[in-house]
Amino acid sequence: MAHSDHDNPALGHHWESFEQQHQGNVMGMWLFLSTEIMLFSGMFLAYFIFRMLYPDMFTAANHFQNVFLGTVNTAVLIMSSVTMVLAVRSAQVGNNRLLRIFLLATAFLGLVFLGIKAYEYYEHWHEGLVPGLHWTNAELIADEAKGIFKGSAQIYFFMYFVMTIIHALHMTVGLGIVLTLWWRARDGRFLKEGFDPIELIGLYWHFVDVVWVFLFPLLYLLGKQG
Amino acid sequence: MAVPTLALPQKKNYINAGSGLKSWLLTTDHKRIAILYLISISIMFLLGGLMAALIRMELLTPAADLMGSDDYNRLFTSHGVVMIFGFLIPSIPAVLGNFLIPLMIGAKDLAFPRVNLLSWYIYMVAGVMVLWVLFNGGLDTGWTFYTPYSSSVSTSEVLPTTLAVFIMGFSSILTGLNFIVTIHTMRAPGMTWFRMPLFLWSMYATSLIMLLGTPVLGITMLLLFAERVFGVGIFDPALGGDPLLFQHFFWFYSHPAVYIMILPSMGVISEVIAAFTRKRIFGYRFVAFSSIAIAIFGFLVWAHHMFVAGMSIHAALIFSLLSYLVAIPSAIKVFNWSATLYKGSIQFSTPMLYAMGFLGLFTIGGLTGLFLSALALDVHVTDTYFVVAHFHFIMVGGAVMGYLAGLHFWWPKITGRMYSETWAKLAALITFIGFNVTFFPQFIVGFLGMPRRYHTYAPEFQVLNILSTAGASILAVGMILPIFYLTSSLWSGKRAGKNPWGAAGLEWETESPPPQFNFDETPVVTVGAYNYGPVEDKIG
Repeated sequence: MAHSDHDNPALGHHWESFEQQHQGNVMGMWLFLSTEIMLFSGMFLAYFIFRMLYPDMFTAANHFQNVFLGTVNTAVLIMSSVTMVLAVRSAQVGNNRLLRIFLLATAFLGLVFLGIKAYEYYEHWHEGLVPGLHWTNAELIADEAKGIFKGSAQIYFFMYFVMTIIHALHMTVGLGIVLTLWWRARDGRFLKEGFDPIELIGLYWHFVDVVWVFLFPLLYLLGKQG
Repeated sequence: MAVPTLALPQKKNYINAGSGLKSWLLTTDHKRIAILYLISISIMFLLGGLMAALIRMELLTPAADLMGSDDYNRLFTSHGVVMIFGFLIPSIPAVLGNFLIPLMIGAKDLAFPRVNLLSWYIYMVAGVMVLWVLFNGGLDTGWTFYTPYSSSVSTSEVLPTTLAVFIMGFSSILTGLNFIVTIHTMRAPGMTWFRMPLFLWSMYATSLIMLLGTPVLGITMLLLFAERVFGVGIFDPALGGDPLLFQHFFWFYSHPAVYIMILPSMGVISEVIAAFTRKRIFGYRFVAFSSIAIAIFGFLVWAHHMFVAGMSIHAALIFSLLSYLVAIPSAIKVFNWSATLYKGSIQFSTPMLYAMGFLGLFTIGGLTGLFLSALALDVHVTDTYFVVAHFHFIMVGGAVMGYLAGLHFWWPKITGRMYSETWAKLAALITFIGFNVTFFPQFIVGFLGMPRRYHTYAPEFQVLNILSTAGASILAVGMILPIFYLTSSLWSGKRAGKNPWGAAGLEWETESPPPQFNFDETPVVTVGAYNYGPVEDKIG
């Protein structure tokens, strides 16, 4: 069995069989994602510490978020996870046309997400909410000076920018890979040579979506009821 | 390059499988990548050693002789950064682990050969950045980058260094990932978990730490970087930040990183002691699981670096207790190695000499670690030379001795040549003596109150400092000797044959140097590790 497998160039020379290669690839991606979880958990920890230190400041600064756009983006991203699942499923059942359509749809939704995010950043810039570079928001500066809340609202926006920019970088990398796979899939190679790459980018894409599912309530939905 | 000259008219092996610089720089062969790492980390080690020599020279007298405090700050910082990130963390995993893991489990390569090469390139990019910093102003924060000094005060090259450390982390993460997947999925038929050599258990534990700890250092460096660029207070209390948060973040990686440095050495020691006593390691499963236990406990003790930093006393109590717990799996290892010696056919070849050195020095280093986990005593010795001596016993007496034991043990396998046993034994002895003369006085001078990280000191400490500097000169000889006899063995060394030590293990069943894909036929394993017969004595 091992020998017949090695006639297929998609099997690396160092693997004994496709099954072993698949097992290794999937495990590698899960381990990579565990590294990513540790990377993001560092940021989440910093976020929670500052939220505990300066609860009023977090609520005050949070009012400047555009909850509508954030909600739309959350929906867009969850939709993109659905199309990603459908892409993997299409590869599994051997439908190359649908595979390419769903990959393209995933990339499109990813692009919409990044576009909306960019627009939000543009709004923050206009409202003077960019710590260090353009911190001119009169309301927050006045409240801080009056001592209405403890701590500088710059810290909230700093965490917001660090977390969402790193998330957006992950989106951009994922987008690039999805588009590459869409392009490479045009000759139907993933149906012939195995679809490990599709499955792996699927895992990655879902992970990046899940991170957003945590970011959205933590960064947008603080104290809106009050 | 020296290595291709080994390509003599003999059986095809990984060294003569391709020639020219390009065949090395674009290789995906784990054995060649190990050689690339060996060359790069040796350069780092020599640089770091040179800085250590300068430090010891400055400390020969109580006054400032060679440099002022600014230069001295840059000197010990560079020594720390280069030695820890450039040498100790990659050392055994990237060189010996890379070379041996596929050989020991009977595989053709690591799971992701191209990722393996990528991790070397990442290491090189970060390494070049660190060197750039050295020659362009340096860094004066200490290797720990404590805030707010690093984020708001220091005018030295904090940004490029944090970036370099961030980048170097990926090299470590990818190596760890590669090792874990390889050990899980690529073991030869019959190579069950409990038939694996203990070196693999310790590499597995090390990889877990690399995988789960390093990203936290990454995000810490990134936050520090952003804080310094944008002037927002994450860590600087003047801006509303929390300086203790930085220390928690930093040590969450950097304490487990100590185990990244020592666990691989423990793996080497298991192999060497088994081979040179001709016995199975006593309590194999205990030694195997103690590696995993060290990796897990290692993640729970970080704040013992912060007992005097203003942390809550309740937290300090718990961290003190947990730090004591790490001593248990470490002691299990030391006792089991000692028990393995009992009634063994002990042979004091060079690797065994280093291993014996390791046993004694690691024990001292470990026991003085218990002094430091004691809350009250720690207050007295924090930031003194006692701490410096403690971690050098672990990192040089433990990690470097283990690395040298492993390098000498597998050198015949890597190069196909034997080195001069006489010179090598001499070097091992000189290293052991030099090390003790250098660092033992530092325990005393630290306990008497000499603080670390100053270029001047009170005159009453001078005798002990002279002793330490004299020891460092001896140690330097011990470190330089191997460069000569190991290099010359490449040309004039006796051919090693498959198994010069008569050791057990799959790596000894293939040619030296091994063929490009390690084994002509995938081996089938039927016995456990260290399967030494009762009167085992076959050499060659």
